[in-house]
Amino acid sequence: MAAGPEIHINMMRKLLSRLGTAAALAFSLSAHAESGWAQLNMTPGVTAMSRQIYGLHMLMFWLCVGIAVVVFGVMAYSIFAFRKSRGAVADTSLVHSTTVEIIWTILPIAILVATAVPAATTLIKTEDLRNSQLTIRVTGFQWGWNYEYLNNGVNFFSRLDRESDAARQLGSGIDVTTVPHYLLNVDKPLVVPTGVKVRLLVTANDVIHSWWVPAFGVKKDAIPGFVNETWFNIDADKPGLYRGNCAELCGRDHGFMPIVVDARSKEDFETWLKAKQLEQHPPAPADASAPSSAPAAAAK
Amino acid sequence: MAYNDHAATDHDHDAHDHKPHGWRRWVYATNHKDIGTMYLVFAGISFFIGGSMAMLIRLELFKPGMQFLDPQFFNSMTTMHALEMIFGAVMPAWTGLANWMIPMQVGAPDMALPRLNNFSFWILPFAFTLLLATLFVPGGGPAGGWTMYPPLMLQGGAGFPMTIFAIHMMGISSILGAINVVVTIMNLRAPGMTLLRMPLFVWTWLITAYLLIAVMPVLAGAVTMLLTDHFFGTTFFTAAGGGDPVMFQHIFWFFGHPEVYILILPAFGIVSEIIPTFSRKPLFGYEAMVYATASIAFLSFIVWAHHMFTVGMPLAGQLFFMLSTMLIAIPTGVKVFNWTATMYRGSLSFEPPMLFALSFLFLFTIGGLSGLMLAIVPADYQYQDTYFVVAHFHYVLVPGAIFAIMGGVYYWLPKWTGNMYDQTLAKWHFWLSTIFVNVLFFPQHFLGLAGMPRRIPDYAVQFTDWNQVSSIGGFAFGLSQFLFPYIIWKCVRGGQRIGNRAWEGAHGLEWELPSPPPFHSWTDPPSDALIQRGAAH
Repeated sequence: MAAGPEIHINMMRKLLSRLGTAAALAFSLSAHAESGWAQLNMTPGVTAMSRQIYGLHMLMFWLCVGIAVVVFGVMAYSIFAFRKSRGAVADTSLVHSTTVEIIWTILPIAILVATAVPAATTLIKTEDLRNSQLTIRVTGFQWGWNYEYLNNGVNFFSRLDRESDAARQLGSGIDVTTVPHYLLNVDKPLVVPTGVKVRLLVTANDVIHSWWVPAFGVKKDAIPGFVNETWFNIDADKPGLYRGNCAELCGRDHGFMPIVVDARSKEDFETWLKAKQLEQHPPAPADASAPSSAPAAAAK
Repeated sequence: MAYNDHAATDHDHDAHDHKPHGWRRWVYATNHKDIGTMYLVFAGISFFIGGSMAMLIRLELFKPGMQFLDPQFFNSMTTMHALEMIFGAVMPAWTGLANWMIPMQVGAPDMALPRLNNFSFWILPFAFTLLLATLFVPGGGPAGGWTMYPPLMLQGGAGFPMTIFAIHMMGISSILGAINVVVTIMNLRAPGMTLLRMPLFVWTWLITAYLLIAVMPVLAGAVTMLLTDHFFGTTFFTAAGGGDPVMFQHIFWFFGHPEVYILILPAFGIVSEIIPTFSRKPLFGYEAMVYATASIAFLSFIVWAHHMFTVGMPLAGQLFFMLSTMLIAIPTGVKVFNWTATMYRGSLSFEPPMLFALSFLFLFTIGGLSGLMLAIVPADYQYQDTYFVVAHFHYVLVPGAIFAIMGGVYYWLPKWTGNMYDQTLAKWHFWLSTIFVNVLFFPQHFLGLAGMPRRIPDYAVQFTDWNQVSSIGGFAFGLSQFLFPYIIWKCVRGGQRIGNRAWEGAHGLEWELPSPPPFHSWTDPPSDALIQRGAAH
């Protein structure tokens, strides 16, 4: 008889300890991502365009908040003030008012026109592709990116970094919170200069992808067989690492093709580019062009 | 008397309740109420199947790192969840409500085309069996999103042609259902039931039916082109053969945008029935409501490309679709203002249908406002394909369409069964749903703005907190939904008997019939006096 309750208590203890572990895990996760709760809004980003887009976003946001306060206010007042339980008697004659209906049709039109103007102005600027100083072709593939610096002879692939890739496997046993920039890190970032208008030619070679770096306010679909254009110009004083993701569902590993942009000062970028060119196109060794070795090369 | 014109009521008045029994009653069903019931039960089952897929999604997203699902299976869950909920839950629920209510509301004995009605329902179980069966074939279920964009969709395995065929069947079912609604409304209205005396639910459904007839063939064409691209060597969507993958998106969204109004217009109709009833005051601006619905339907055909602002459209195209999209805010605003004005100086009580309608009013408006933000193209570059969009469309579809369906069921259930349901439990259902739907979807706005893309099975650790909140909200919301079938079941089994008019302030022809109504609703057309009393707007 005594065994019964004991087993029961043991099971309860096990269950409780498991629940405790789960709770502790949940808390530790929260602690790791300290900034998580604070992540409530878009960030202004590091280009003039991303700041304009942020401004538009905030304009629309506050406009919506304003509309919501007024509309929800009237709703809440009606719900509160005209309760039957409070003895409210319906005014069944109040079924139509041309004046009011005209007002609440015209007023939204006015508000919309007022917001359409800055939106259209910004949109026109985003489509202004003139005067770029550097052109990079971005090619999405399943699942990573290829970057080709046109006319500079530099071309490389960029994929999810190995550490994230190992941790993200089902049942990897790796605590992903210990992986630096989990899922937002690549083996070779795209290196660009700050203070320079960089034009991207975006395309893909299998399915549709989308190249998105929130800090630049740039998202452009990469479509196989077609080339899209977009651009950004990072503030000269804001070098750094900027991270983004593929934004268009592109198959199994869509969630695992991040983008990292390494923005460097113009001089640092030039140095990097030179080194990269040397690495990818090493100058022919002196003896290779020597006549004596020519027959050997030909024999190969 | 005009009654003689009413051919459908001339015959066989003695055989009102003659109907087959047992399984034949359902398989051979031609009665609008039986078919309506089958549609609603089917929608309920799909709601739970699609909901369980959502639970799996939220379970995997509870923590960063892959815990339970393979990424490919995760993708097929997001795809199937959408197909189940849109084509399996919301659309059949609307058709079920249309079947039950339209004949009663326009003074007709039944739907105009009863056998077609039977056929349009019975296609559905086969279509969805086929769709769900894709989960068990090599290559798994469709995993390219419910939008089925090529070339990704063309990479599907054996499930790909099954999905296409299932969608064809759903489309046929919807078109036949819509034809039935149009023919019923146009031909079986009782004498004296003029168009502008019709209840708003009938109006919104009439317009919805036209949308369905217009766009379901477009979807059928789009998926057929996918099929021929995959199997018959065409290159509609392949650049290498002179095609264009973006063309699919244009065609799909030419269907897809009217489709989202197909999902929401009948909700506008139901809310326009419920709010006047529980405000004890006729609907404010009835005609404006009708015109606003028609305007929204018209605009829905010229805004499709706002779903694809990042595909690289010409500037003029982006400007056009931005402005046309912003225009939708005007008729939608008129509707929200009219509902509010209906409550203003009314005499309000808060029975379950009203609670759901009020929740709709607030939360649909939130979804509408985020929709306005999404219309702004440069800002949309940042929102596109993020959780902000996920939050937006779930706000208009869950507390929008689905709460309106629930409100409609709680509104008319006493009429259907003759019994009042357990209102206390229904209020529990309401409060749990309303609280947790916000816990579930509101944080997704934050996630999207902070940079979390949609349709990803795993995420960077800074998104953990709000994903956990969202998942907890999701589980609680999902669990709360079990109250709904329980309350309905209990009500069908018995309850406090009610008279013709279940609610004090209810107007309309359905409330002039007994509860439950006779098998053939209006075998004798209602008198003009009844129609006038019902159409007191």
